[in-house]
Amino acid sequence: MAEPLLELRNLRKAYGALIVTDDVSLSVQPGELHAIIGPNGAGKTTLIHQISGTLSSDSGSILFGGEDFTHLSMPQRVRRGLARSFQITSILPGFSALANVALAVQARSGSSFRFFGNASLEKALNAPAMDCLAEVGLAARAHIPAGLLSHGEKRQLELAIGLATEPKLLLLDEPLAGTGHDESQRVVETLRRLKSRLTIVLIEHDMDAVFSLADRVSVLVYGRVIATDTPERIRANPEVRAAYLGEEEMV
Amino acid sequence: MTELAETPSAPMPSLATRFEIVPIVLFAAFVAAPLFAMVSGAEGYVLSLLTRVMVFGIAAMALDLILGYGALVSFGHAAFLGLGGYAVGILASHGIEDLLVQIPVALAASAIFALITGAISLRTKGVYFIMITLAFGQMLYFLATSLAAYGGDDGMTLASRSLVAGSSILENDFTFYWVCLLCLLGAYAFSRSVVASRFGRVLRGTKENAIRMEAIGFQPFRYQLAAYVLSGMMAGLAGCLLANQAEFVSPAYMTWQRSGELIFMVVLGGLGSLHGAIIGAAAFLLLEEFLPEILHGLSFFLGEETRAHLAENWKMVFGPLLILIVLFVRGGIMGLLRRPHHG
Ligand SMILES: Nc1ncnc2c1ncn2[C@@H]1O[C@H](COP(=O)(O)OP(=O)(O)OP(=O)(O)O)[C@@H](O)[C@H]1O
Ligand SMILES: [Mg+2]
Repeated sequence: MAEPLLELRNLRKAYGALIVTDDVSLSVQPGELHAIIGPNGAGKTTLIHQISGTLSSDSGSILFGGEDFTHLSMPQRVRRGLARSFQITSILPGFSALANVALAVQARSGSSFRFFGNASLEKALNAPAMDCLAEVGLAARAHIPAGLLSHGEKRQLELAIGLATEPKLLLLDEPLAGTGHDESQRVVETLRRLKSRLTIVLIEHDMDAVFSLADRVSVLVYGRVIATDTPERIRANPEVRAAYLGEEEMV
Repeated sequence: MTELAETPSAPMPSLATRFEIVPIVLFAAFVAAPLFAMVSGAEGYVLSLLTRVMVFGIAAMALDLILGYGALVSFGHAAFLGLGGYAVGILASHGIEDLLVQIPVALAASAIFALITGAISLRTKGVYFIMITLAFGQMLYFLATSLAAYGGDDGMTLASRSLVAGSSILENDFTFYWVCLLCLLGAYAFSRSVVASRFGRVLRGTKENAIRMEAIGFQPFRYQLAAYVLSGMMAGLAGCLLANQAEFVSPAYMTWQRSGELIFMVVLGGLGSLHGAIIGAAAFLLLEEFLPEILHGLSFFLGEETRAHLAENWKMVFGPLLILIVLFVRGGIMGLLRRPHHG
C-alpha cells in the first residue's frame, strides 16, 4: 500500500469526564474517499475539528503527507492542503457567493497585505472562483449575497469555498445535511466527479450516498473506531449492525 | 452591502453611484465653507469650528476603519490624539517646530504604540478588548499628567502653530483650514482604498466570520493588528492637527470620555461608510456647540429664568438626545440618508 496521505495516531479529546474521541487511529490513502459514519454524538465532528486544527487534541498525533501537523494552526494546515467544511454552515453572509470563493483564492495567491486596488475586480481571483462555483453548480448565483442563498445552495457554496483553497484533502462534515432531494443529488454528483482529483474524508448520515461514494468506511461509536473496511464488508459487519440497531436504517 | 455593490457584473451600479453623492456633497460643503465664513462676519470663529470638525472627522474615520469594518471596539483611541498632540508640543518646546518633522514623529509614535498595545489587546475579544484598550488609553493619560516638564496636568500652550518647511503659513486660518481639508481628503481616499483592497476584504471577512477566514487560510490577528496600526496612525495625524488648531496640548486630549466621544461620532454617523464618521463628527461637534442656543430658542414659551437654566444645563439634553438618535435612527445618519433608496 502507498504511504497514507493522512494518518491519525491515537487521537484523544475529552470534555471534562466525557471522552469524545478515544484513541482514534486511522489512515487515509491518497485518492480515496474515506467515509466516517456513526450515530449522533459519536464524535465525528469533534474528530474533524481535531484533524483540521479547529480544536487541539489532548494527545495523539496527526501526520499529513508525512509531515507532523499535530501542533499547526488551522490556517497553517489549510495552506498545506488540508481544507474542511462545517456541519453548521459557515460562510460570509454579507459577501456575494463569488466573493466568498474569491477570498479563498486570495488566501493562496500572493500577499493580502495590499492596500490599493479593488480586490473584487481582480480577474486573477474571480476567474478561478467562478470555476469553483461552476463545479458545484452555483455559477448562476455568483452575484447573490451568500446570506440570501437557500440552505442547500449555502451547502454547495461551502463546498466551492473548500475547493478554492486547492486542497489535497477535503474534510466534509455532512455536506448533505438539510438539503433537498435535487440539491443532494447534485452534491453527490459533484463529489463523484471530485473523487478522481482529490482525497476526501466524508462524514455523512445519508447511507445511500455513503455506500455509493466511499472507497472505505470507518465506523465511529462513542469516540472509538470499531471498524474500517470496504462498504460491502462494513454493511455485513455484525458489530456495526449492532451499533446502528434502532438508530438508522442500514441498507 | 458593500460587497453587493462591488461584484463586477452585479446589476446594481445605480445603487453604488447614488451612495457616492453623500461624500461629494460633504466635501463640496467643506470647500465652500470658507466663503460662507468670509460673509458671515465671524470668520475666525466659523473657520476654527469647522477645522475642529475636520480634525475630529479624521479621528472618527480612523476609528471607523477598525470599528465599522473590523468590529474592533477600541475604547482608547483618544490616546492617539494625545500622541499626535504631544509629538507637536514636545518637539516644539525643544525648538523643532516644523510639521514635516513633527508629523513623521507623531506617526511613528502612534504606530509603535498601536503595535504594542494592539498585539496585546487583540489577543482578547469583545468586552475584554474594550476594557484593555481603555486601560492602555488611561495609562497614557496618566503618563501625560506626570510629565511635569511638559505642563503636567495643565498641559502646555504652543508659542505658535507649526512651521511647514520653515515657513509659518499655517498662522493664516484659511491656509490652515485648507491643509486640514487636504489631510481629511487624503485620509478619506486612503481609507476608501484600504477598505476595497485585498487587505480590506480580509478585514471585512474577519468581521463577519473569523472561523471561516481561518478555515480558508488567513490568520485574522495579523490583519487586525495592521488595521489597528493604520487606524492609530491616522488618529495620530489628527492629534497633530488638533494641537495646531487649539495651539495647546494637555492630558485632556486623551481622557476616556474623549475616546467615548469618538465612538459616539462613528455610531452617530453610521458604522462602516467612512464619510459617515465625518458626518457623525460634524453632527456631534455642531450639536455640542449650538445646543444651548437651540434650546434657548425652542423654549420660547417658558419663562426667561427657566430658559436660561435650560440653556445652561444643555448637557442634560445632549446625552439623552444622542442616545435617542442612536436608538431610533438605525445605521446612524448614513442609515437615514440611505433609507429613501430602499424598496
Ligand atoms: N464543546 C463541547 N463541550 C462539551 N461537550 C461537547 C462539546 N462539543 C461536543 N460535545 C459532546 O461531544 C459528543 C460528540 O459530539 P460531536 O459533535 O463530535 O458528535 P457527532 O458525531 O458529530 O454528532 P452528529 O452526528 O450529531 O453531528 C457529544 O456528546 C456532544 O454533546
Ligand atoms: Mg457532527
